[in-house]
Amino acid sequence: MVSPAAVLIAVFGLLPVVWAVALSFQRNDLQTPGTWVGLHNYRQLVHDPIFRDSVRHTVVYTLLFVPITLVLSLLAAAALNRRLRGMTLYRLAVFIPVVTSTIATGVIFTWLMDPDYGLINAGLEKVGLPPQMFFASPDQSLYAIVIMTVWGWVGFGALIFLAGLQGIPPDLIEAAQIDGCTRRKAFWLIQVPLLRPISGFLLVWLTINALQLFDEVYVTTKGGPQHSSTVVVYYLYQQAFQFFHAGYAAAIAVVLFAAIALITVAQLRLTRDSSTGETA
Amino acid sequence: MTTAQDAGPLRVRRPSRIPSAWHIVLIPTALLMATPLVWMLITSLSTLEETRRFPPQLPSSLHWHNYVQAWTDSPFGRWLINSTVVSTTCVISNLVLCSLAGYAFARLRFPGRRLLFFAILATLMVPFQVVMIPTLLIVKHLGLVDTLPALIVPNLVTPFGIYLLRQFFVSLPFELEEAALIDGAGRLRILRSVLLPLMGPPLSTLAVLTFLTVWNDFLWPLVVTSSPNVMTVQLGLTTFQSAHYTNWPVLMAGTLLSQLPVLLLFIIGQRFFVSSIATTGIK
Repeated sequence: MVSPAAVLIAVFGLLPVVWAVALSFQRNDLQTPGTWVGLHNYRQLVHDPIFRDSVRHTVVYTLLFVPITLVLSLLAAAALNRRLRGMTLYRLAVFIPVVTSTIATGVIFTWLMDPDYGLINAGLEKVGLPPQMFFASPDQSLYAIVIMTVWGWVGFGALIFLAGLQGIPPDLIEAAQIDGCTRRKAFWLIQVPLLRPISGFLLVWLTINALQLFDEVYVTTKGGPQHSSTVVVYYLYQQAFQFFHAGYAAAIAVVLFAAIALITVAQLRLTRDSSTGETA
Repeated sequence: MTTAQDAGPLRVRRPSRIPSAWHIVLIPTALLMATPLVWMLITSLSTLEETRRFPPQLPSSLHWHNYVQAWTDSPFGRWLINSTVVSTTCVISNLVLCSLAGYAFARLRFPGRRLLFFAILATLMVPFQVVMIPTLLIVKHLGLVDTLPALIVPNLVTPFGIYLLRQFFVSLPFELEEAALIDGAGRLRILRSVLLPLMGPPLSTLAVLTFLTVWNDFLWPLVVTSSPNVMTVQLGLTTFQSAHYTNWPVLMAGTLLSQLPVLLLFIIGQRFFVSSIATTGIK
């Protein structure tokens, strides 16, 4: 019963992991058989300035994207968690980016952020601000990607938080209100702490996705201008499929895996609920 | 999920009240979130000249020919069919294989069960980028590079699906199966006639998530396919983008075409989608 799944998982799940680690100790161009080079790839990584930059960009991106998305998602969920006329439409507007593909998002934002004819520069002009270069500027490209991906993920976060809010028994809030607690106070002091496991899940999930950023970079900036938006996975892709350094790319992948694993474990420990000992 | 139906009793309970202050927050939020997609629609109905004005304006009339041009310039029809074939095959195979494996891990005792389950959980943690290059080499050995099966085979079964369904099978009471076992029904029969009918919510969650993941996947199709006639719609859209780089009306028409099936499904089945995605959030 389990054998078809087990065979597939073994071939496409386990074998590639072992193979990837093996590849990281090889020089391999994806065409001819590889040669063993020991720790050479890892040693080279330490001294590779573009790899260092890509790590820095990924860290900056993650530190901006994750907190902004978490806070905005929570606020959006709070606003969407009431019974009002037109709520179906409000929810539709907030949730629809969840099913919009990363590629479509990238194409649309390239147009919205067009330096000459883009809608966002028109909006900036309206409020008296100078036009910006966005994806075309080495100083702005990474931040433009943050804005774009926050738009793409807030709906997902809001959806998860909303499900959590609706799982909280309403009598808890009613009891607090009878005791003289305002709705706003009840939200921050009762509902938000009860959402802790869900916040923990989202924190981990958003971080993992931020560290694996690729599609949105590929479709908007291709890592440029001047490497200003080259993130780790984009650099991995370039090494493997543009320069055919598959061994080197595998080493990047192994380092990325280790980083993700460490960060995830740390986050799970931090968000563990001390009262129940339950992990998020 | 509370949606349209809830508006009814509310209006009865609080007649002729002033609208809630929350609308002041919600209307700008909804407009801000909707702007990118609405602007895509507006641009797709403009002429090229109309998009080269600053500040931008609404089109003078609706230019549907952008859609005709996008559809005829590139094999969007072919790409949509490819994406549909790949996604639905993966959905069906995940439903079948993950049910079988999930049930086996939940109920059967067989040698190596714990080790195998641990191995599957471990692969759940591995990011795709790590296994991407070896998976490409495996697909190459199988002679599948640049074919539709290359897009399907690695996604036939997902560790996530096995894990999700196993958790739900574990939560079903064993008494359900006991009677059928005593009556001499086989395991497969029990799974099909007794248990699966009770697994509606997790199965639909798995179906929706698998469909969305495979439909919107980009990196794997980018790595493993190159001919226009085996591309999925996401990959096709990027080649379309490079071909129409500054022709924004046609590019927006193509982008909208590529998103249309999923957007329509989402709008029609919003409740269903939302609860399916939310289920995994709580798990």
